[in-house]
Amino acid sequence: MKTLGDVKVGESSTIVKLHGEGALRRHLMDLGLIKGTSFKVVKVAPLGDPVEINVRGYELSIRKEEAAVVEVQ
Amino acid sequence: MADSQIHVALAGNPNCGKTTLFNLITGANGYVGNWPGVTVEKKEAKLLSDKNVTITDLPGIYSLSPYSPEEQCSRDYLMSGEPDVVVQVVDATNLERNLYLALQVIETGLPVVVALNMADLVEKNGDKIDTDKLSKKLGCPVMMISALKNKGIKELFEQVKKSAASKGEVPEHKFDSSIEDVLDHIENNLPASVPANKRRYYAVKLFERDADACKLINLTKEKAARVEELVAQCEQDCDDDAESIITGERYGVIAHIIDECLTKAPAKMSTSEKIDRVVTNRILGLPIFVVIMFCVYYIAVSTLGGTVTDFTNDQLFGTDGWYVLGQGRDAYDAAVEAAGDDADSVDPAQYGPYVPGITTAVHDALVAGGTEDGGLVDSLVCDGIVAGIGAIMGFVPQMFLLFVMLSFLEDCGYMARVAFIMDRVFRRFGLSGKSFIPMLVTSGCGVPGVMATKTIENEKDRRMTVMTTTFIPCGAKLPIIALLMGSIIGDSSTTAAWISPLFYFLGVFAVIGSGLMLKKTKLFAGRPTPFVMELPAYHFPAIRSWALHVWERCWAFIKKAGTVIFASTVVVWFLSNFGSYNGSFGYLPAMDGISEEFMDYSVLAMLGNLVSWIFAPLGFSTWQATALSVSGLVAKENVVATAGSLLSVADAAETDPSLWTAFAGMFPTMGACVAFGAFNLLCAPCFAAMGAIRNQMDSGKWFAIAIGYECAFAWVIGLFINQFYNLLVLGQFGFWTVVAIVLLVAMLFQIFRPMPKHAWTDEDETNAASAAVSA
Repeated sequence: MKTLGDVKVGESSTIVKLHGEGALRRHLMDLGLIKGTSFKVVKVAPLGDPVEINVRGYELSIRKEEAAVVEVQ
Repeated sequence: MADSQIHVALAGNPNCGKTTLFNLITGANGYVGNWPGVTVEKKEAKLLSDKNVTITDLPGIYSLSPYSPEEQCSRDYLMSGEPDVVVQVVDATNLERNLYLALQVIETGLPVVVALNMADLVEKNGDKIDTDKLSKKLGCPVMMISALKNKGIKELFEQVKKSAASKGEVPEHKFDSSIEDVLDHIENNLPASVPANKRRYYAVKLFERDADACKLINLTKEKAARVEELVAQCEQDCDDDAESIITGERYGVIAHIIDECLTKAPAKMSTSEKIDRVVTNRILGLPIFVVIMFCVYYIAVSTLGGTVTDFTNDQLFGTDGWYVLGQGRDAYDAAVEAAGDDADSVDPAQYGPYVPGITTAVHDALVAGGTEDGGLVDSLVCDGIVAGIGAIMGFVPQMFLLFVMLSFLEDCGYMARVAFIMDRVFRRFGLSGKSFIPMLVTSGCGVPGVMATKTIENEKDRRMTVMTTTFIPCGAKLPIIALLMGSIIGDSSTTAAWISPLFYFLGVFAVIGSGLMLKKTKLFAGRPTPFVMELPAYHFPAIRSWALHVWERCWAFIKKAGTVIFASTVVVWFLSNFGSYNGSFGYLPAMDGISEEFMDYSVLAMLGNLVSWIFAPLGFSTWQATALSVSGLVAKENVVATAGSLLSVADAAETDPSLWTAFAGMFPTMGACVAFGAFNLLCAPCFAAMGAIRNQMDSGKWFAIAIGYECAFAWVIGLFINQFYNLLVLGQFGFWTVVAIVLLVAMLFQIFRPMPKHAWTDEDETNAASAAVSA
């Protein structure tokens, strides 16, 4: 399974499915990370984590650990 | 609404300019209150232009989901029946995500007015929003405003008053027809008591299996089963879960609306992106961050802030007094120098526009009014009350400067980047990237350090940071370190230069160790806080909000912490000045034949003797050592002065070798001496910082936990130092050595053991998820 955390800086991809459950999953969905959403990984923090993605026209910071529940193409 | 009172709720995403609007329309005469049950702030105030309109500022949220306390309290308020109309503030530069909350608010069935904020920025970007079409699509009025530039606000509130008179309508927007069918069926199963304009909202919530809504509606067993069957069937048809279906539908509706109402100018790189390219750059990000933090620290704590605080402490509130604009200061200093030993006889008022310190002024006024010089009242007022207030006020200038800078960094959007850059380091210890700022500030002073935790939204992270941040040695602890070094090595200037960093390491170790231990306890158990955070576009903060931000924080400190510190100082004054001597209890300095060391007979000495057994395993069991620790609670720099008076070394300073010898003489071994130092550096901070902790925790229980933990941790570390010194250097072994070893093993176990099962880990979930996928 390829996840959001595996997408390289500068690359774009599309979300296939959100795994996990509860607050984190719902929070990600509320922020617009749902099935079929395309996004771009803009940059990675100086220490390698978290990553910044551009989704639905705004910038979002997400830890790789949490990005692991987002399955992408 | 018989009395034509209108209640308006302000809702919106974080960072949409909601607070700017609130401050603008209410003139910021709002008060901060807590919602019952959860510690989420809501603000309420009257509209400036019309006192019949009450505005309630809800916390910034992304959704009305039942998961976060902010979202819960927002929807509880919306559904409470109090608000007559909701102003949904929408960041017009980010329509898509902002409309997601707007749709949910519209679904509540309340009359809604959508305020498209940052209209000026939309125009600047060259985008066009068709508000008429948007209004039709959403089924509610849409107004363009700019809270920053004060545009469109009057029109907005004319519309708000009109809408408040309406009943609220069934929302206009529709989901996919297959979903609508299911929602219709659910609506039909709702009890008749649910009013027409709320039926849609509850139908959607039941579809999502929202636990709170289910409880509230309380369907009969058959109906609940019927609804569940419908939802399950729909989930199977869509091959997705109910929550995802609804979210997907909402974003679908939004995509549709945006297609029709928004014309985007061709994308070009915004200023914000250009700034971000540099400041969060993979290579430059960290150095830039270090430079910015150094500047903040340098200005607020070392240079300007330090100068102002010294002025407040020594001259304004102390006995030194001051010259208006410094005129005459040089002449006076020269005269004092020339007078030598007779310095006291030089009258400062001769050399310029001299204003005596408040302590002196109050003292003089009291004596002139017939109060006995140095008597009970004089001492209580000058040494107790004025000194107490002075101790509080001394921190205010530093805090003010610090908050001016931190609030700016926060309001302009840089703080979110700090969390982005530092998160990696801090989350290992159960903290978040935002914990860095409080720790840094604490190395100057713990009071603003603890106050700076205000920027951490997450409650668990904030509590953990508040509990651990004062382990970092603050400026007032430096004299203690110098005194220790002098006593142990006999030289505070050269050797201390390399030994004092050891105490910083001790502080850093205390923070890291505590983080690692605490995050595995029940107190902080549960899911780790997700760190999914919007990185808002940079913008120059509205001066008004910025100033208000600073004022609110300073005032909260002066008011709340002020009462605690004030009371505590008076109590300590009482304890050290009252006692029994020659069989009578009373004010000690006034008693006949009492020596200079009247504190030996004070209540403080009695209490010190009572509790000194606690410190016996740490090697210092005299009441003086206990009394020193107590005086450290008033202000850490007091420890040195009190040591001077208790040990009868007149005019003692931490660099005074006679004090070193006397101080070292208090302890049986060097280990005990270091243990005493470690205990005092790590235990509960001064009353001012404790007041700030109480303020930030906003809960008596958590305040007790924080202070209790700090003292216990300090005691254990002190025990380690003393016992292991005895064991390794002196070769002594005893009961407490065993205790120390057991505690050390327990501590190491807690630090290094993996996260216990009851806590949630991403790994488990990912494994479970991939297992499900492969199955």
